[in-house]
Amino acid sequence: MQIHEFQAKNIFKEYGIPVPEGEIANNPQEAISVMEKLNSKVVVKAQVHSGGRGKVGGVKLAENSDDVFRFSSEMIGRKLVTNQTAGNGLPVNKVLIEKVTEIETELYLAVTMDYESGSPVVIISTEGGMEIETIAEKNPEKILKIFGDPLLELLPYKIRKLFEKLNIEPSLYKQFSSIILKVYKIFVEKDCSLIEINPLVISNEKFIALDAKISIEEDALFRQTKIQDLFDSTQIDPLELEALKYDLSYVKLYDGDVGCMVNGAGLAMATMDITVKAGTKPANFLDVGGSADQNKIKKAFEIITEDSDVKVILVNLFGGILRCDIAAQGIIEALKDKKEYPSIIGVFRGTNSEEAKRILTDSKIKLIFAEDLIDAAKKIKEIE
Amino acid sequence: MTILIHSETKMVVQGLGRDGSFQASKCKSYGTPIVSAVHPGRGGLYFEDSVPIFDSVEESVDTTGANLGLIFVPAPFALDAIIEQVDSGIENIVCITEGIPVQDMTKVMSYIEGKKVRLIGPNCPGFICPKENFKAGIIPSEIVSSGPVGVVSRSGTLTYEAIVQLTNLGIGQSACIGIGGDPIHGTSFVDTLRMFEEDNDTKIIVMIGEIGGLREQHAAEYIKSNVSKPVVACIVGQTAPSGRRMGHAGAIVTGKSALAQEKIKVLKSSGAIIAESPTEIGYVIKEILK
Repeated sequence: MQIHEFQAKNIFKEYGIPVPEGEIANNPQEAISVMEKLNSKVVVKAQVHSGGRGKVGGVKLAENSDDVFRFSSEMIGRKLVTNQTAGNGLPVNKVLIEKVTEIETELYLAVTMDYESGSPVVIISTEGGMEIETIAEKNPEKILKIFGDPLLELLPYKIRKLFEKLNIEPSLYKQFSSIILKVYKIFVEKDCSLIEINPLVISNEKFIALDAKISIEEDALFRQTKIQDLFDSTQIDPLELEALKYDLSYVKLYDGDVGCMVNGAGLAMATMDITVKAGTKPANFLDVGGSADQNKIKKAFEIITEDSDVKVILVNLFGGILRCDIAAQGIIEALKDKKEYPSIIGVFRGTNSEEAKRILTDSKIKLIFAEDLIDAAKKIKEIE
Repeated sequence: MTILIHSETKMVVQGLGRDGSFQASKCKSYGTPIVSAVHPGRGGLYFEDSVPIFDSVEESVDTTGANLGLIFVPAPFALDAIIEQVDSGIENIVCITEGIPVQDMTKVMSYIEGKKVRLIGPNCPGFICPKENFKAGIIPSEIVSSGPVGVVSRSGTLTYEAIVQLTNLGIGQSACIGIGGDPIHGTSFVDTLRMFEEDNDTKIIVMIGEIGGLREQHAAEYIKSNVSKPVVACIVGQTAPSGRRMGHAGAIVTGKSALAQEKIKVLKSSGAIIAESPTEIGYVIKEILK
C-alpha cells in the first residue's frame, strides 16, 4: 500500500528525520495562508501516489502568493498523468506547500527488501534527483548497497564503511548515520516494502529529506493499524477498490477486452497468457482465491461486467476447496437482473464441475462451455 | 520411497481451523500417517476420534514421534508456529499459510539457517507422493496417479493443471510439490531438482515457474551442470504488466530478470525443454516418453 508524500514526511518527523518546513493545503486559499505562515518562496507539490511528478507539472516553484494561488488551482481537482500512472492518471486532492531548500549536494537513499539475501538493503547513490533505474543503467558503479540482517538489524560499522565511499564532509557523519538508522528503523517497524528519499540533500551543512516515498507491505497491514488509516481510496482504480473490499486479487489492465475470472494466481496468469496467444488481450488479472464462496464469486463477476472495456468474459475455475457448483450460483446471482452482458466462455473442472455445468445450463444465462484452456482460446477467437 | 518421506515419516498437523481440519481429514483418508495434531486449548481431545491433539508441538513430538509438520495456522501466528516446530525437532515442515508478512519470513529463514530442518512454503499446496499414498498439504488426491514424472511449481492451481493433463494422458507422477508463491520461502526449485535427480522413481521433471525473482535463473544454472534427467519447464505471466503484484506476493515484474521471457531464455539455454503454454505440458511429456 502506498501513502502520500506528506504522510510519509509526517512519519519521518515522528522519527526525527529532518524534512522541509511545510504544510498540506486542500485549496488555493489554504495554500496562500501556508505560504504567508512560512514567509518564504515555496514549492507546490501535487499529492498523488506516483513518482515523476516534476516532469508533468506536479511540482512547481512559487515566488509569490499569485504563483501559489495559480499553481495550486491548476493542480487541485485535476488528474495528473505521469510516466508511472496507468489509465487516465490520478486525481490531485491536496498539495504540499514547502519552504524552498537550498541544495548543495543531492543523494539518493532507499531501503527495500532484497529477496535474494532475505535481508533489508540500504541503497545509496551520489546521483540524487535522478530515477534509480536511470542511474542503474548509466552509472551502475554509483549505486552503493549495505545489507541489514533480519535478526541483527543494521550494524553501525556498515554505515561507517559506506560513508567513507561517499566523499562527504566528515563532520556530517553523525547526521548521516542517524538518518540511515532512522530510515531503517521505520522500514522494520512499519513493515515497509520500500522507503525512498530522492533526493536526500545537504543544505547549509544539514541533511534534509526533500522527497519521501513509503510503501507498506500489504500482507503486514493487519498489524499496521495506524498506517491503514492513511489509505487514500481516490488513488486506485474504482474497480480495484471494489475488489479490495472483498479481498479479491484484481489488477485492471488498460489495453485489453477479455475479462478473466480465475481461481489461483498461477492459473490466472496462465489464463491471461492464453488470451494473448489467441490474438486477444486480457482486461484484467483476477484471482478469486482458493476458498471463495458464492458471494465472493458474485462480486468478482460483477466487477468484470462493470468494466466497460470488457467484450468477452472468460471464466476458468479449477475446483479444489472451491466448489464449482457454488461458483456457478454466484455467476447466476450476478447476472440475475442484467438484461445485457458480454459473451461468456466457461471452463469448469475439479470439484462439482458437472453440477456447475448443469446449473448453468438450466439457468437462462448464455454461456459457452469449453473443455479446457486450449478450447477456450479457440472459442474466444470465434467470438471476437 | 520417493522424495521427502521415508518409512518412519509421521505427520503432525498444526492448526485445526476450518481449512486445517478439512484438509487434514483429506490427508488422513488418502492414507497419510497422521500421528497427532496441535491446537492450543484442545489438548487431550481427539481429531476424528483417533488422532490425539496436543497443546504444544513438543508434547506431540515426545509422545507420538512426529517428524513432519503441516501448518495451517493463520498468517499473524505463522512465525510462532514455524519456529515452534523447528525448536521441537521436526525435520520437515510444510507451511500452507498464505499472507505471512515478509519480515516474519526473513526472520524464519535467518533462524533456520544451518539447522537440520527443511521448510516447504509458505503459501504453497504442499506435496503428494502417489505411490506411497502420502500427502502433506492440499493437492487434490483424486487427480494424481503413480508414475515417472516429478512435478514442481510455484503455483497451486498450475500444479493441479499439470497433474490433470498428465493423468488424463495416462502418465503418472512420482511426487508433486508446490514450493509456494511468496518471495521469501524455504525449499527452492534447486533443492527440488536435486531431490528429483537423486530419486530413482523420477524419470522426467516438470518445473512451472512464473514472473518475479531469480528462482528460475538459479534453477537453470543447476540444470545445466547437475541434472541428467529431462526437465520440461513452463513460465507463466508473459502478459503481466510491470510493477503490479499478480496475486502471489512474489509474482511482480521489477526488472528485466523478473520477466517471463528472460526466464524462458535462460532455461532454454540450460537445456530445459520449454512448454510454451501450461496447456502443452502433458503433450510435451508424452512426446519425450515415446
